[in-house]
Amino acid sequence: MEKHAIIVVGGGPAGMAAAIAAYDRGVTDVVILDREPHLGGILMQCIHNGFGLHKLGQELTGPEYAAVYEKKVMERGIKVYYEATVTHVSPDKVVTAQSRQGILKFQADAVILAMGCRERSRGALNICGSRPAGVYSAGTAQKLMNCEGYMVGKKVVILGSGDIGLIMARRMSLEGAKVEAVCELMPYSGGLTRNIVQCLEDFGIPLYLSTTVAQIHGEKRLEGVTIAQVDERRQPIEETKRYIPCDTLLLSVGLIPENELTRACGIPMDPITNGALVDDICQTQIPGIFACGNVLQVHDLVDYVSEEAERAGIGAAELILNGAASGEAIPTKPGNGVRYVIPQNVRKTGNDVSLFLRVTQPFGKVKFTVTAGDQVLAVAKRLKAAPGEMEKITVKANMLENVTEPIVVALEEL
Amino acid sequence: MNFDVIIIGAGVVGGMAARELSRYDLSVCLLEKENDVATGASRANSGIVHGGYDPEPGTLKAKLNTVGVEMLYEAAQQLHVPCLHNGSMVCAFGEKEDPAVKELYERGQINNIPGLKILTGDEARAIEPNLSTAITSALHVTNAGIICPYDLTIAAVGNAMDNGVALKRNFAVSAIEKNGSGYTVTSAKGETVTGKYVLNCAGGYSDKIAAMVGDDHFTIIPRAGEYILLDKTEGSRVSHTIFQVPSEEGKGILVSPTVDGNLLTGPTALKVETPESRDTTPAGLEQVQRLAAKSVPSVNFRQVITSFTGVRSSEKGGDFIIEESKKAPGFVHVAAIDSPGLTCCVAIARYAVDLLNKAGLILTEKANWNGNRANPHAFREMTDDEKNAYIQENPDFGKIVCRCETVSEGEIRNAIRQNPGAWDIDGVKRRTRGGMGRCQGGFCGPYVMALIAEELGIPMETVTKSGGDSYMLTGRIGE
Repeated sequence: MEKHAIIVVGGGPAGMAAAIAAYDRGVTDVVILDREPHLGGILMQCIHNGFGLHKLGQELTGPEYAAVYEKKVMERGIKVYYEATVTHVSPDKVVTAQSRQGILKFQADAVILAMGCRERSRGALNICGSRPAGVYSAGTAQKLMNCEGYMVGKKVVILGSGDIGLIMARRMSLEGAKVEAVCELMPYSGGLTRNIVQCLEDFGIPLYLSTTVAQIHGEKRLEGVTIAQVDERRQPIEETKRYIPCDTLLLSVGLIPENELTRACGIPMDPITNGALVDDICQTQIPGIFACGNVLQVHDLVDYVSEEAERAGIGAAELILNGAASGEAIPTKPGNGVRYVIPQNVRKTGNDVSLFLRVTQPFGKVKFTVTAGDQVLAVAKRLKAAPGEMEKITVKANMLENVTEPIVVALEEL
Repeated sequence: MNFDVIIIGAGVVGGMAARELSRYDLSVCLLEKENDVATGASRANSGIVHGGYDPEPGTLKAKLNTVGVEMLYEAAQQLHVPCLHNGSMVCAFGEKEDPAVKELYERGQINNIPGLKILTGDEARAIEPNLSTAITSALHVTNAGIICPYDLTIAAVGNAMDNGVALKRNFAVSAIEKNGSGYTVTSAKGETVTGKYVLNCAGGYSDKIAAMVGDDHFTIIPRAGEYILLDKTEGSRVSHTIFQVPSEEGKGILVSPTVDGNLLTGPTALKVETPESRDTTPAGLEQVQRLAAKSVPSVNFRQVITSFTGVRSSEKGGDFIIEESKKAPGFVHVAAIDSPGLTCCVAIARYAVDLLNKAGLILTEKANWNGNRANPHAFREMTDDEKNAYIQENPDFGKIVCRCETVSEGEIRNAIRQNPGAWDIDGVKRRTRGGMGRCQGGFCGPYVMALIAEELGIPMETVTKSGGDSYMLTGRIGE
């Protein structure tokens, strides 16, 4: 069995950043396993711009952002296995992959999980009606258009106002398709504000909030959809039903971290994020196995994926170089208005700790307060907060010194 | 070409009849209106091998079910169709329903079904701990099992083709005429085939086919059944197939593991206009969830993978109609094959072949007939070491295309090449499970399309989901 210090599962933005960070911290025996014939992951189909503003200080397309990291991987001579799909990760860090070379087995000192996420499918939504061709998840349509060069349809309805759906509304319009409507089940959009403006408003595409697709019509190819407003239980209201003829329905209804390997390994999970429970260096509750990027939590911006992955890479390298850090773990908890907090455990290591979270619903001006018992550890104000945007609050190392009780992040509206 | 026998309809019954006829020195043509086999009732049903306690004693259903169970298990083994002998339970909820369990037990004794046993609620829960505490008694059916209906159909047709049967797809029969020695069958596109004998296995359309030879003595009533399929995380809620005794709400909703390790719940029973109906409804899906939870309260419906509708072909008499037409000699109906049709499919096929024989068809066994089919699932059943060795020789098997179900490029290419080859995305899905997992083809869809285009030598734009107008792409970008 081949032995390596660190095996990174997935060569997308998270996997690449983690591998580079581990290498730069001094562990050079790093290997990336990727299922595709190239690095970059889902970035390779994201040909729109807007990547890298925070992290690289420039506005890049997805493939350009990936190329920056791919170059660093190559410069360091980090070994990459392409078209190698990892099928199993064991708690003692044996990684099994299937590739054209055969079944590969590796023994690692540390494993970094960076498998990314997948789109929620029509089946999981239980949309009623028939099962024709022409119902695509937005990312699948994006791949067919941007990587393969094909149009998937001419007259389009999009369900879900997640970022991929918004981006695809613009993309399909640019290629001559007519986007009839974007329907969003919730009373607010889950996408970034800049995408709503640049992808819908600039193209005159209507966004219908509190609206869903109630039925799919058409025997062989999609012929139309019935849309309807929903009541407070999110059920379609009969009187508001309306038929829209279309040949394509794109679904952008949420992303699910791809944690099949994580679960099969027996790593404890957070039921809210659908990702692993981790500490401040992205280490799961199985020592030596780390998780970062969209497999840990669905991010809004790739820049934050890279940052998180760097923490995981450095954490894994330091674990190998210095052994496990001592220091007790303090649990974190979401309070009022907060859906989840990552990391779920914070160790007192003498470093500042960044807490990542999402809010439960859109708010105007808010104040976040991080507390432990009676002690206030940090305060942060925002002009607005929305579930579509990830929040980051940093707690200074010195504030953590005397903490013994769980750390709670809560917000109040101002 | 003038065939000895034309079979109309490549569902599980038509496919199994083709396989039975392929044993003999005969020319046989199997006609299918769709782009693939197993697209009607054989595509979407409960996939249950029924014990045989349920049919009214004396009916054809009772007779064929009793003999059919073992025949099916044997065929499944020869054809490498996964089949699980998991047993079933029919549950009663309260004193009012307990007598129904006893009644089914007694009917089973008359039908000569082995291994039936009445359990108390506690005995049932000792075997299936997740059963509802409201269950007061259950009929334990030990000979029952589960099987994948489309896998069985594909395998039967494939084995028949390997033994010389011709399959014509996209052949929607529009007219049938008596000619001197048999029948001329014409398609909607104007193609014709002739045959001395005809087997009408047209499922939901068997009454329309019968009418083409002037026989209108039965009418098919299409009844839709909605199902919800759950993720493999729910697959071990129960090991037996759990039925409910018939109540005011119909014949009850089952909760069953599938041979692939998922959990299946359903079906409803709703009369519909056409056998083509594929619609799921809010009321139907709500009913499935509510009644499945009645048997097994812990089923987690947040783990839904997909919901779908199948259409059964029923008839008012309630029994199978397997007979030579009184209006058309040598024309044999195999119609109204609703539950337990899947269980009985081999027995039905043999019964129908026997009728053809009685009508004059001469059956001479071939010396070289081979009832065994190459196992299309051989790769996924290998150990890691075996896979490793196999990949060295066949590198395509190392490339995973469908990550949710771990299906390789080699398996997909095989599915397109092996009889009857997959011609569309749904065909690949049914043969390999590629695209059938959690992401429902989100990642592998474009890859599968490219493989179909390459293997069939057709442009990407002409790849379909399920034949006909089910095109996936509308052209190249910029055109």
